[in-house]
Amino acid sequence: METELIQTKNKIHPHKFTLWVAIGSIVMMFAGLTSAYIVKRNQANWQTFEIPVLFWYSTGIILLSSFTLHFSQKSFKHRLMEKYRKGMFITMLLGVLFITMQYFGFREFWNAGMTLQASVSYSFLYVIVGLHAVHVLGGVVTLMVMSLKAFGTKKKIYSAVPVELISTYWHFVDVLWIYLLIFLVMIK
Amino acid sequence: MSTVTLESATHHQGHGDAHHEHQHHETFITKYVFSQDHKTIAKQFLVTGIIWAIIGGLFSVIFRLQLGNPESTYPWLEDLLGHWAKGGKLQPEFYYALVTMHGTILVFFVLTAGLSGTFANFLIPLQIGARDMASPMLNMLSYWFFFLASVIMMASLFVQTGPASGGWTIYPPLSALGDASMGSKIGMDLWLISMAMFIVSSLLGGLNYITTILNMRTKGMSMTRMPLTIWALFFTAVLGVLSFPVLLSGAILLLFDRNLGTSFYLSDIVVAGKILPNEGGSAILFQHLFWFLGHPEVYIILLPAMGMSSEILSVNSRKPIFGYMAMVASLFAITILAFLVWAHHMFVTGLNPFLGSVFVLLTLLIAVPSAIKVFNWLTTLWKANIRFTPAMLFAIGFVSLFISGGLTGIFLGNSALDIHLHDTYFVIAHFHIVMGVASFFGMFAGVYHWYPKMFGRYLNNTLAYIHFWVTIIGAYLIFWPMHYEGLAGMPRRYYDFSNWESFKMFGGLNEFISVVALIVFAVQILFVINFFYSIWKGRKVKDQNPWNANTLEWTTPIRPGHGNWPGNIPEVHRWPYDYSKDGKDFIPQDVPVGADESKH
Repeated sequence: METELIQTKNKIHPHKFTLWVAIGSIVMMFAGLTSAYIVKRNQANWQTFEIPVLFWYSTGIILLSSFTLHFSQKSFKHRLMEKYRKGMFITMLLGVLFITMQYFGFREFWNAGMTLQASVSYSFLYVIVGLHAVHVLGGVVTLMVMSLKAFGTKKKIYSAVPVELISTYWHFVDVLWIYLLIFLVMIK
Repeated sequence: MSTVTLESATHHQGHGDAHHEHQHHETFITKYVFSQDHKTIAKQFLVTGIIWAIIGGLFSVIFRLQLGNPESTYPWLEDLLGHWAKGGKLQPEFYYALVTMHGTILVFFVLTAGLSGTFANFLIPLQIGARDMASPMLNMLSYWFFFLASVIMMASLFVQTGPASGGWTIYPPLSALGDASMGSKIGMDLWLISMAMFIVSSLLGGLNYITTILNMRTKGMSMTRMPLTIWALFFTAVLGVLSFPVLLSGAILLLFDRNLGTSFYLSDIVVAGKILPNEGGSAILFQHLFWFLGHPEVYIILLPAMGMSSEILSVNSRKPIFGYMAMVASLFAITILAFLVWAHHMFVTGLNPFLGSVFVLLTLLIAVPSAIKVFNWLTTLWKANIRFTPAMLFAIGFVSLFISGGLTGIFLGNSALDIHLHDTYFVIAHFHIVMGVASFFGMFAGVYHWYPKMFGRYLNNTLAYIHFWVTIIGAYLIFWPMHYEGLAGMPRRYYDFSNWESFKMFGGLNEFISVVALIVFAVQILFVINFFYSIWKGRKVKDQNPWNANTLEWTTPIRPGHGNWPGNIPEVHRWPYDYSKDGKDFIPQDVPVGADESKH
């Protein structure tokens, strides 16, 4: 009995594992897009560009949100539910702020004459950054649902799995953004 | 004691006590429509796949009518298709739409969703000893996304300008410009939206299959004790999860080009004397993105058929599968190589000849694991006490087709030969035999073998034997002559060859192929009738293990409920191929190893 319990404890929770495979799948999508970007860049008529300044600020925001979520998760583990709720809520707000800043970054870029149709390189920026924002949006919606649940007082016992799932996903979209930022800055 | 612990461990995953669950009241809706039982979802995939197969097959019969008798008119065709067959003659635009939809339907909706969707769902939990998938909810969503994709694709058949008609590979610029052809209008948008839904469906399915196989195996079911079916379905899911997202990104860029005026794939295009503003794009880029999925896709189709045939060959040979580890290793090798050969579809795109030769080498390397598999299948059959059940015949047919179709792959993999053979009927013959018909044979083998487990009844054997013999002879009669046509340079996708002096000699042959295609299609209808008739009227299964097989699905009740095993999940003590061992015909996986038992 004892050994059996240990054996099942060591096994990763199926939902967490599913999330990791899904992350692999999302990585492949962005790998496809960024390789397409590299292939196109080596052809004629490639216009280089500087990313909007706002994207640097939004990077700070999403990094900060990873920290707040991390502390929220820690509080959850210590059953400090008040801190957990606040952490969740603040992370969600930071997520919304991130997407808003990406949007204004796009506007800045667009108003400088770099519209979606003007050049393939600009189109790539919109598609890649836009798709990343869609993935962040998915995280924000999940955080919203979880915050609402956390503030609901009916349920007293929580499973740690959803919290761990969202935190893995959120750190992933954070890391993915860092990768995309470095990619767009370095490869012109 | 131990199994009790395992069950309580799965309890928090929401389906551990499923054997209590099935006693709960289930409505028609939760049991048959929005079911979360993997067996029901498998049947939903199978039935939807069969419906698509009939439609896709019918399309091929209609365009074969045109190819066989380009001068004839059929008044009934006008009744059926309206303005697409004015005066009983198929219009060229619609011919192309039929070819496109035939490819799309068969490749994606039948041989991906219908094959993997059915057997991964049905067999994974049953053969590894799990009560259900890791996430029954995602599993249900996977089917309903497929259903949604089906509805959208079906709707595209009925729009005014017709369905997509850029070929199943939807190459731009034809697919990117709405004005390029009838089939590039709304039909193309619907195609892309439907495929996006389809990709979501197969990703949700694939995530579940991988997680279930790696995390939910019963006690004692180590990876090296898994049936080859499960190994094949595992690698199939890995291929799908890693390659479909790339197609999705390609499709998203195409949607942008079509609807938002970007130029990812478009440059320097003149339509009706007008120069389009699009500049800087590259149509070849799409081909890279497409074939990065497209090539793994043929293995997504083929691997489940390989896995099921391996299992069925072993069971009906009453012999262990020859070279189990070599079979697993070759599946793994194929999975890796599948990602490294996509550009062999693009030898004539002006690809750098050095890159071309790298892709030739990598492509020809696939012959090695393929040959290992063929060798092992043949040695499994060698000196075996073969039971020629319908499933076994189809599995042997699969091996035959895989050999004949695989050999022509060696021709096409050479870039020098491919320059001549590219886009000819030789290619049609090659991929239909090795991937299309072969995978269909794997699917038929699977249906005949596991039908008793699915429905608790047998299919009619006489009809099954007619089905097999007509189909295998017919398939060879249809596709074998196409090699000759292709070597003579006859191009694929053409509407009418009668105006070319050089292809006139094939008129009779084309007519012959069309007649055989019609007969083979009729026999598939016979199978469909057998399938649905037997669900209600077939001979009842009385024996829990009708094929005397070793795998775990035959330890469940004849009609298993949600949760699969009424009691504890059996514990596994051995690999699944202990046939004709120590004087015993078969030893199921849940039988403990005897003290004086020899090693396999």
